[in-house]
Amino acid sequence: MRKCSLKGRRMRSRIPVILLACGSFNPTTNMHMRLFELARDHLHQTVLPVEVAYIPRFPGRYEVIEGIMSPVSDNYGKKGLVSARHRVAMAKLALETSDWIRVDPWESQQDTWTETVKVLRHHYNEALRAFQSKKELMRNKHPTENSAEDSLSCQQPVLPELKLLCGADFLQTFKTPNLWKEEDIKEIVEKFGLVCISRAGSDPSQLIQESDLLSKFQHNIFLVREWIQNEISATQIRCALCRGLSVKYLIPDAVIAYIAQHSLYTATRAACCSLSGCTAQQ
Amino acid sequence: MSKLDKEVSHEQSQAGLMEEKYGFQFDLEILSSAYWQHKGWYLAPAFCTWLRMAMEDPDRRTEVVLLACGSFNPITNMHLRLFELAKDYFHETGKYKVIKGIISPVGDAYKKKGLISANHRVTMAKLATKNSDWVEVDDWESCQSEWLETLKVLRYHHQKLLSAGVTNSLQDAGPITKLGRKRKQEPNSHEPIKKKNQSQAVKSVPQVKLLCGSDMLESFGIPNLWKLEDITEIVEKHGLVCISRAGNNVQKFIYESDILWRHKDNIHLVEEWIPNDISSTRIRRALRRGQSVRYLVPDGVRAYIERHGLYSADSEGSNAGVPLAPLQKHLPEPSQPLSS
Repeated sequence: MRKCSLKGRRMRSRIPVILLACGSFNPTTNMHMRLFELARDHLHQTVLPVEVAYIPRFPGRYEVIEGIMSPVSDNYGKKGLVSARHRVAMAKLALETSDWIRVDPWESQQDTWTETVKVLRHHYNEALRAFQSKKELMRNKHPTENSAEDSLSCQQPVLPELKLLCGADFLQTFKTPNLWKEEDIKEIVEKFGLVCISRAGSDPSQLIQESDLLSKFQHNIFLVREWIQNEISATQIRCALCRGLSVKYLIPDAVIAYIAQHSLYTATRAACCSLSGCTAQQ
Repeated sequence: MSKLDKEVSHEQSQAGLMEEKYGFQFDLEILSSAYWQHKGWYLAPAFCTWLRMAMEDPDRRTEVVLLACGSFNPITNMHLRLFELAKDYFHETGKYKVIKGIISPVGDAYKKKGLISANHRVTMAKLATKNSDWVEVDDWESCQSEWLETLKVLRYHHQKLLSAGVTNSLQDAGPITKLGRKRKQEPNSHEPIKKKNQSQAVKSVPQVKLLCGSDMLESFGIPNLWKLEDITEIVEKHGLVCISRAGNNVQKFIYESDILWRHKDNIHLVEEWIPNDISSTRIRRALRRGQSVRYLVPDGVRAYIERHGLYSADSEGSNAGVPLAPLQKHLPEPSQPLSS
């Protein structure tokens, strides 16, 4: 990103943000990776004061420093879920060309299914640990000249924030009775934060208004509109693969090659969707 | 013709009639299970195999080349998907075999607003198709100094295949008798099983079909944009493959046009189940706003755009106020409406 020429602006440090996406990633698709890109763009353009909001490349309030893809463990029990080993490998291949998003296998390696809030806590603790060791490092170093390049190096490192990256459908699940514990939802939106990507037609802000809890923490729920429609559902990908149809340009080439190499998603017809037309709703 | 051959062709023609009557394509398995009920369990597997052989025998399938004309300003994953969807569609019919895909970016003389130099657009398309073993880029159209009608591009590629076909048939003179051997067929494999002693027929020239989205098809209705006789020749002599989203108006559009309706057999409608609206316009908009286009266009294309600083507010303003080339060209003659 080009640095802004306003000197005053440069001195103010941005809050580092780590984006965490949980899901099956069965397999990882171009859309999964788009979510990260959209979220990063949005957070980078989130500024105070609001007058400068539309200046492109204006340094925003946040700086997204990392993206983490966390595939769910096998005992999630979802239909058609291939082994975590494969899903992690495919995510790695998909993220080969990305310099800021990585896949973390921690959740997939747990014996039992891990609640989202626990995954958030784990990764936050890891980030905290890294932050504290960085702080130690800086305390022990001799103070150096302020680098013109890095606005953060002249100040103390800022505590990073970890935000959950999700689709609007995830936000919907908060309404499902008995699915979530109230205190977990509170922890997610209060302590961490949500970056919620919704497609062009829908608007989840009403959902937030309808919930006392969510509207209380709406400053920590970032709604991102995806204007370029690109709804590549993994379910449809699996269906297409099952039927021998092409999925090129929907998922990365390296993932296609991996799937072919390991004969994934070639289950018998019985496990696949109905024959006459894919109306995959899962 | 053996008795089973007769049965196969009878069932195929029945399938064809059913297709016309009910408007959908018979799935091989549904057909064979119907046969199963009809003729008895001992014939069904044989019937299955025979039908598969008949349908997948490459010598019986018409060869098709898909030609996509457009600005490709820039090329996106959506453009590339059109090819994949069309290929799958033709393959599933069992009657066609797609042998090549051609991307033909329009020349600069098209004068569309925001159109950047053909050099860049061709290069990006080439980068995008680097990892494809059947889709290629042809820069003939882009090299022309004047804008060319789409029909002329179709004719050019048809002629090119004709000459290539003549050359090929001169090289392998005479029919070749191939000794058949039954290969084990894996599920989902599309490898044909060659019949014994089948002579290789002299190959007919592949059909060149225009590949497009519903927007291009519906642009047939824009006054003065297309010549009526061009549209007629496209659908009559070549054919159209139109990829569109579920719930579109394309069928209605075809219904309302006499010419399109008359040749509707040569207009193949392919429904795209995975919503994919990655238009070049949106890509350019995102780039102007400093937003990421990763995973919407191939990585090589994205890197090229970044390296050369393509697509700014300035580039979007090019050709502003300049009438589109086809509108300039067709203006003197009054155009006949497409739908009566």
